[in-house]
Amino acid sequence: MKNRTASHPGRLAKMKSQIGNFVLSLYGILGFLFLYLPIIILVIFSFNNSRSTAQWAGFSTQWYAEMIQDDQVILALWNSLFVAVVSTIVSTVLGTLAAMAMERYAFRGKLVMDALLYLPIIIPDIAMGIMLLLFFNISGIGFEPWRLRFFGLRFAVPYSVIIGHVAFNISFVAVVVRARLAQMDRTLEEAANDLYADNWRTFRRVTLPMMMPGILGGALLAFTLSLDDFVITFFTSGAGFNTLPVRVFGMIKRGVTPKINAVSTLMLAASLLLVIVSLVTRRGGEKAPIDLNL
Amino acid sequence: MSLRTLESVNRFINQRSESLLQKMRQFPSLTAWLLLLPALSWLIIFFVAPLFIVLAYSFLERGTYGGVTWQFTTENFARVFDPLYLKTFLRSVYIAIVTTVVCLLLGFPLAYYISTRPPRRRNTLLLALMIPFWTNFLIRTYAWLTILRTNTGLINVSLISLGILDKPLPLFGNDFAILLGLVYGWLPVMVLPIYAALERLDRSLIEAANDLYAPGSRVFLRIIWPLSLPGVVAGSMLVFIPALGAFVTPAILGGGKSLMIGNIISNQFLAAHDWPFGSALSTLMMGLMLFATLVYFRSTRRGEEIEK
Repeated sequence: MKNRTASHPGRLAKMKSQIGNFVLSLYGILGFLFLYLPIIILVIFSFNNSRSTAQWAGFSTQWYAEMIQDDQVILALWNSLFVAVVSTIVSTVLGTLAAMAMERYAFRGKLVMDALLYLPIIIPDIAMGIMLLLFFNISGIGFEPWRLRFFGLRFAVPYSVIIGHVAFNISFVAVVVRARLAQMDRTLEEAANDLYADNWRTFRRVTLPMMMPGILGGALLAFTLSLDDFVITFFTSGAGFNTLPVRVFGMIKRGVTPKINAVSTLMLAASLLLVIVSLVTRRGGEKAPIDLNL
Repeated sequence: MSLRTLESVNRFINQRSESLLQKMRQFPSLTAWLLLLPALSWLIIFFVAPLFIVLAYSFLERGTYGGVTWQFTTENFARVFDPLYLKTFLRSVYIAIVTTVVCLLLGFPLAYYISTRPPRRRNTLLLALMIPFWTNFLIRTYAWLTILRTNTGLINVSLISLGILDKPLPLFGNDFAILLGLVYGWLPVMVLPIYAALERLDRSLIEAANDLYAPGSRVFLRIIWPLSLPGVVAGSMLVFIPALGAFVTPAILGGGKSLMIGNIISNQFLAAHDWPFGSALSTLMMGLMLFATLVYFRSTRRGEEIEK
């Protein structure tokens, strides 16, 4: 009798915690369903055999065929990639240099610099978009892309869009690279110095390789943000210049068709690919041995 | 040019760079500024200058054909209190607050769920949480458009064809649609910092409370909630700021009727050509966010004091 009363609260508590755990797991599954269901529906209807995005009418790849035949979409895709590549290169260099200054040196005005580097991350993109719109407008710099000819190919260099993308990407790169610098083991650099490696050599052979995962991570982040950006591009691109998100926005405004689903699926695949690449490089960065052959 | 001249030029450059290197070693802050120079110039020209232009324009009078006349005025800020705009302004703040609260209510249990899984599962779940966030925001909003649309959206079409409804539900073109879109878009950034706080939480505290027969509600109120508060505050900031500045969500899910500040600002620049008023609205919006950020830093500092 004594035993039973003593064990009773324990058993009850155990049962309670089992029920609690079940409810929690159910909630977790529902939560992730909420996050993924809309995306899955979007992808499914990109293969729909009718104009509807709500009623299934059989499998078809007609919308992908239409997408590939749409010159405007293809052009917008190239524009997106071009802007992303150029802005990533510029912002990675500038952001990395800034990160080194911020992490390795003490100087006056560092707090202000810190705030300045964080501001483009915090500020909503609509504010940044109209700031740049106004700036390009009244400074006379304008939005009209440079039209270049290159081996018979025509190029549009949308400097205003690239400038905007670099302006927000510098900060993101700087944050990522700084985080990497902060967790780096400095004894290796000191060892290199002790072994009479000059500063440049120490930097090339020790610091830079150790920073590389951070730099790559920052570059990948910048590339992703640039490819994804709609708002800032929307306000800084001149008439007639579209990146893929800007093109998609225009298409949505004109009417929903599964073709937009097809373009969206393509962009989803690109994002997923970038996530995988960043995971692989991060894992590689953790395992990569540091070349100590000075 | 002879080889010798080349050599002397080379030596000259070497000496010069050597002396620069020496200077850099003597004055480390010089190196820091040299490293910062490219990024700093870029940000001053293409971020700080535009920011000040917006601030300045918000105090100028509107010109006849777009542009401005150089006349100081506070008229633009007074116009915000015009009932027409004030309503939208307040509604935006309201939508941003409700979005934050709903994200918190949905996100906290999700963060708790992730934090109570075994470590390896946790990483997978975190990745699963972030993948939707890394996909394009515009596309995720568009996905909801195809689901919510009044006559051709997935929900209404399905429910009507199943005979459950005979009239479509008003799911689209209203505050509900905007709220849903915003909650969906920003839920991951609420979960992440809360998860980080919960993961740091010392499990033995909960076990001790359980051993002392503290009821679950008490364990939550006395241990879990206070210790996860820094994450809650950080997550709320990360949701509130972009929700207040929302532009894409109301533009797509608002159906042209239900608008927020972001859309009014954009209209001033793209359609109405009233730059000073658009600037004033942006200034106010940024002011509100600065205020929220300050409150955030204050509360985290107080949190640190309490912990001590």
